[in-house]
Amino acid sequence: MLPEERADAMYHRYDGGGVTVDGPAVLVRKNFEETLSVSGSYYVDFVSSASIDVIASGASEYSETRTEYSVGADYLYGKSMYSAGVTISDESDYQAATYSFGVSHDFFGDLTTLSFGYALGQDEVSQNGNNEFDEDLDRHTFRLGVSQILTPKLVMDLTYDLITDEGYLNNPYRSYRFLSDPLDPAAGFQFAREVYPETRTSDAGSIQLRYRLPWYAAVGAMYRLYTDDWGIDAHTAQLSYSHVLRQHWTVDLKYRWYTQTGADFYQDLFLFPSQDEKDYRGRDKEISEFSDQTFSIGLSYKRPLEWRFGYQAGMTLQYDRKMFEYDDFTDLTREGFLPGEEPQYELDADVIKLLLTLWY
Amino acid sequence: MRARLLVALWLLASLAGCGIEPWVKPYERQYLADPLMRFERDPIAGAYDKHVNEAREGARGAEGGAGVGCGCN
Repeated sequence: MLPEERADAMYHRYDGGGVTVDGPAVLVRKNFEETLSVSGSYYVDFVSSASIDVIASGASEYSETRTEYSVGADYLYGKSMYSAGVTISDESDYQAATYSFGVSHDFFGDLTTLSFGYALGQDEVSQNGNNEFDEDLDRHTFRLGVSQILTPKLVMDLTYDLITDEGYLNNPYRSYRFLSDPLDPAAGFQFAREVYPETRTSDAGSIQLRYRLPWYAAVGAMYRLYTDDWGIDAHTAQLSYSHVLRQHWTVDLKYRWYTQTGADFYQDLFLFPSQDEKDYRGRDKEISEFSDQTFSIGLSYKRPLEWRFGYQAGMTLQYDRKMFEYDDFTDLTREGFLPGEEPQYELDADVIKLLLTLWY
Repeated sequence: MRARLLVALWLLASLAGCGIEPWVKPYERQYLADPLMRFERDPIAGAYDKHVNEAREGARGAEGGAGVGCGCN
């Protein structure tokens, strides 16, 4: 069965840790002859950042724009669906192109759907203010999925993703820090450009369940296990509840919990600088040991239309509160502490999505 | 090892062919056809949520959105 025909326009905003990212997004899907479905999307991030990384490195607040376009097509042939898509992302110092292919097939009276997908990502990394900096990154993603109807009220999804990267994986603006004198922390610390491995391979597997309750509501649960060859192991769990009120209104509640270990080459404070290009050093909080939680509430309104251009319209407002607690990433903006004894960093963020949808 | 693989393939092929009767009949799928039962009701919002998380977390991939059909057509 082809995806439904709909057009979505969304405003999104993330605000937390000195970073504000907002912008519009549009997604349009049109079907032809009940066998072909074509979609196109446009997405913009307007970034304004004075994050802990920017402040700690002595840089000043910066602004940038990332624009993403994508087109895709799904072709239904019997009980098989063939999909292909291209996504292009453009910002002043990062260009990314992703080409994806997929196939899925229904078995056992359409109770089971097996799917396989492959995506090739080709990125070009540059650095603002340094015309000689030019690096590449290739990424291969392999996905296996099973969707299973278990009972008339219970469905399950299993997904496995293998992702492997080769190329420039650093952030060219980030630094690690090391003690100026390893025997005397009071002598302070210095920064140096991070040294990352040039490959990364990760495995992620997840299970999702969704159950229809006796009243007009559904509960969902998700668990994901993640591991990679940088030494990061992560667990993600999510619970959700959706409740339909007075036919046209839907309330969505969601709680998500995430925790990860740090990469092998991550340290908040190194004793020495890197000795050579294989002596990896990183101090990105994204690869440190931390956990975060998300509380989410959403309200949707949907009603039928008698209009030649669409049969239903909807509006959704969703608010997320995210809380990050770092276990091994200290807040360098706090003064009066010896290196390594600064308090751990924390950040809270607010995320808002406002979505308008037309079904036709 | 190869024999086991062949047996497993034969079992899968026979199950796919005519072995298993669908235990949830097409007329029992009205709940599953409801958008409320989708893992991701709004694809544009789901893609944004993944983007927000992947930019700030070390883990990547396999977080929902496999999103293939409900077998209710």
